[in-house]
Amino acid sequence: MTRNMICIGCPMGCELTVEVENGQAVSVSGNTCGIGKKYAESEVSAPTRMVTSTVMSDSGKPVPVKTRTAVPKEKIFDVMKCIKNTTVKLPVKIGDIAVADVCGTGVDVVVAKDAG
Amino acid sequence: MPEKKYDVAIIGAGVTGCAVARELSKYELSVIVIDRESDVCEGTSKANSAIIHAGFDAKPGTLKAKLNVEGNKLMDRLSKELDIPFIRNGALVVCRSADEIPKLEELKQRGIENGVEGLKVLTREEALAIEPNLADEVYGALYAPTSGIVCPFALTLAFAENAYANGVEFSLSDEVSGIRKTADGFVVSAAKGEYSAECVINCAGVYADKIHSMVSEPSFRITARRGEYMLLDRSAGNTVKQTIFQLPTHMGKGILVTPTVHGNLLLGPTADDIDDKEDTATTRDGIASVKAKSALSVKNIPYNQVITSFSGLRAVADDGDFIIREDENVKGLIDAAGIESPGLTSAPAIALYIRDIVGKILPLKEKSGFIPTRKGITLLANLSVEERAELIKQEPAYGQMVCRCSQVSEGEIADAINRPLGATTLDGVKRRTGSGMGRCQGGFCSPKIMAMLAEKQGISLKEVKKNG
Amino acid sequence: MAEHISLAVIGGGPAGMAAAIAAYDSGITDVAVFERDNELGGILNQCIHNGFGLHTFKEELTGPEYAGRYIAQVKERRIKCETGSTVLSISPERQITVVSREKGLRVIDADAVILAMGCRERPRGALNIPGFRPQGIYSAGTAQKLINCEGCLVGKEVVILGSGDIGLIMARRMTLEGAHVKAVAELMPYSGGLKRNIVQCLDDYDIPLLLSHTVVDIKGKHKLEGVTIAEVDEKSVPIPGTEEFYECDTLLLSCGLIPENELSLTAGVTISGATNGPVVDDTLGTNVPGIFACGNVLHVHDLVDFVSEESGRAGHNAAEYIKSHGKKANAPDIINITAGNGVRYTVPSTVDRANVESEIHLRFRVRNVYKGCTIKIVSGDNVILSKKKRISVPSEMEDLIIRPEILSGADGGLTVMIEEGSV
Repeated sequence: MTRNMICIGCPMGCELTVEVENGQAVSVSGNTCGIGKKYAESEVSAPTRMVTSTVMSDSGKPVPVKTRTAVPKEKIFDVMKCIKNTTVKLPVKIGDIAVADVCGTGVDVVVAKDAG
Repeated sequence: MPEKKYDVAIIGAGVTGCAVARELSKYELSVIVIDRESDVCEGTSKANSAIIHAGFDAKPGTLKAKLNVEGNKLMDRLSKELDIPFIRNGALVVCRSADEIPKLEELKQRGIENGVEGLKVLTREEALAIEPNLADEVYGALYAPTSGIVCPFALTLAFAENAYANGVEFSLSDEVSGIRKTADGFVVSAAKGEYSAECVINCAGVYADKIHSMVSEPSFRITARRGEYMLLDRSAGNTVKQTIFQLPTHMGKGILVTPTVHGNLLLGPTADDIDDKEDTATTRDGIASVKAKSALSVKNIPYNQVITSFSGLRAVADDGDFIIREDENVKGLIDAAGIESPGLTSAPAIALYIRDIVGKILPLKEKSGFIPTRKGITLLANLSVEERAELIKQEPAYGQMVCRCSQVSEGEIADAINRPLGATTLDGVKRRTGSGMGRCQGGFCSPKIMAMLAEKQGISLKEVKKNG
Repeated sequence: MAEHISLAVIGGGPAGMAAAIAAYDSGITDVAVFERDNELGGILNQCIHNGFGLHTFKEELTGPEYAGRYIAQVKERRIKCETGSTVLSISPERQITVVSREKGLRVIDADAVILAMGCRERPRGALNIPGFRPQGIYSAGTAQKLINCEGCLVGKEVVILGSGDIGLIMARRMTLEGAHVKAVAELMPYSGGLKRNIVQCLDDYDIPLLLSHTVVDIKGKHKLEGVTIAEVDEKSVPIPGTEEFYECDTLLLSCGLIPENELSLTAGVTISGATNGPVVDDTLGTNVPGIFACGNVLHVHDLVDFVSEESGRAGHNAAEYIKSHGKKANAPDIINITAGNGVRYTVPSTVDRANVESEIHLRFRVRNVYKGCTIKIVSGDNVILSKKKRISVPSEMEDLIIRPEILSGADGGLTVMIEEGSV
């Protein structure tokens, strides 16, 4: 089976053509760099996404956060639920862990801006 | 039982209601102004051409003709007393062929009969000398040097603030639902309570017929005539210096092109009689018509500089004249109805006219200590560099810019929110300070202004209203 | 008495910071950055999504993280940053009037000025959408600021007009926050945003993208009740009978960005009708000596990495200008760069061939979607550069690098053009 997709690895948006067999990518074309190949391989087998959002701080203002790496796509809304229920105490620094091992993904949610 | 007793209850806080309130505040009378909206000037007074008409248009002998010319003459003094921007920029009524010159002459004669000064019919060359961007097809023009431009909101607010300073009460967000005649006057029922008054003045704009009918036999009908406008950025403000009219028709004065006191360029209005008196929507056809027709009188209009379009409703009475009188059947009920154009111009004269009617119902005794002047919000944009520097030294909030397009500071916005009858909505702040009226239309400053409104009212950002 | 400074940078977003850092590193240390907000970073502070920095830092950062990298560099160099300071005007002699709460109103003379004020969104009024003007209509960036910086979710049932990147990003953002985004309507037959944003912001969440559609009516006097969307023909005119009503409490507008050049105009800077930004030469200098421009105030970028790179060059060139007191090494030999077939504009629009030291970035946008096309730079009858492209789209800025030696072969002006492919 052939799948066409657009690489989201960077804003280039390469149009990829992926040959898929048994849920695995056997060949990728159209990519400009290695990110495209990796993206296509994971997209057909186990798609993942970065999640970025905000957590509330004790000052009443939101603080931006992100998952340190991509998480399984189907977990996005669970991750969001967890992030929404999180409050951080200021001050915080970039990289501080807001939620450790979010939803059992093994990925931490970390602060993305110095605040407070 | 009514909670509070007044001598006069004014229904409607538009320019007519507020002008009347200010006039009556010179006398020892207790006055309340009641309006359904959360701010003054939310109806017809808000969305119009903002012109102080010279007065050549109305039929001689009508109230419109009389009050227009009188109102125009009062405007210089009033603008100084009440600290509002007013510019006598003059007007040109243009025609497109030799056949139409008699129509200009007719307008001129009418104007002379109405008492308008300085009218002159110009040739194309003479008109071009003072207005270079007239369209190539323009054949001649009637010049009216006494025509002017004003900020309708500033005028209405100034009347209201000055009336307030002189003891008039305002009850806003208070829609009138009924009026009952009693032995010694009226009881006005509204959303927030009941008010008894010896005299009720109906200044309710497009709803004047409805208010009238609450307590008297229907004797007139008000039609809402919608007019759509386009407002262009200040970079387009110099396209014309004078207000450019086309020859009037039975539906009104046609599409005009005019600078505004804020330096923008205003085009419009269309004229469509509509059934729904809440319908202030703009339409694709309307805006297309404004564009097409404005180009008939003025060339080089940079239509791509449009920053907003809006529509307003004119309150048109059946016979076309203002209806200002005490009701024949219900004594003490004074109607100020059908106040369409030139209502804005006429407002100060209407106020005097109504004062005289009130004087026949209630004793008018001049108040000692009446404050004739009112100081508007100090706008940085109107100050010299030195004056700005001094003001910021005294009040640092004037050094914090909030609206970048119109250069409005936190100090000005705080003043707009905190002064009596202060702004409670984003649009209220906008109309008082000009914030959000620039090119970005509030894109950058509205979150900051919302935060200031939220803090003042003790509400969350989400609860801050744009209008109403 | 006016104060004096070597270099004034107007704006403390990504462009201003990169320019200030580069100027400092080129030997001009008497630099001040004037930022109207109370913190550095500009619009990046509200762009909490990721995708920034792949070119610059070879890693994928969020907006605040990307800004943080530059803020750290500014701080390391102890570059003077005046936050909460709004520049009100700039004279052609480079005298700037600046106002702040703490320091009041000041007049400052600068040897050079870098314009880095960024851009703003096209508001509803400029789009002439008919209908009412109720609460609930926001430009996408304003909604982004309210949600991401103020924690205020503006609505629950959302329609987005325009498929610019901010609109796409906000479609996802509002969905993640629990809102229901019903559709994104785009007037053009192609999207105004990056492809990857369509995939990960719309497709991932099954949000329909309605190409060749627009909002034709807005309902609700005080609060937004819904919008009517219709299909448009090839002239962008709504097709009768295609109207469909969408109930919603929020309409976001993502219909283009406009460089914010009101200040530039006060200085007498010439603005291009194509970019709405200053007309610049290869040093990113404007027509006013000593005034340079970079970033989104110059032309709207889609990648912040390109903004930083460009602004670094502006900073370096401004420093060189100051050091040489505005004098050029060689007598100028200026050639024009013209936007030819399929090209909307080029930045720069002139190059001084006699004073080019290193390679020139020629940036431009194409007018349409071109597949299998060739980008060419021609001079007279000579093709001096030719580059094949699989695809070129209006939403993605092109960046051609021209080596100085190529210019010497040019005969008169240069024209950049698209040669359409067979597809």
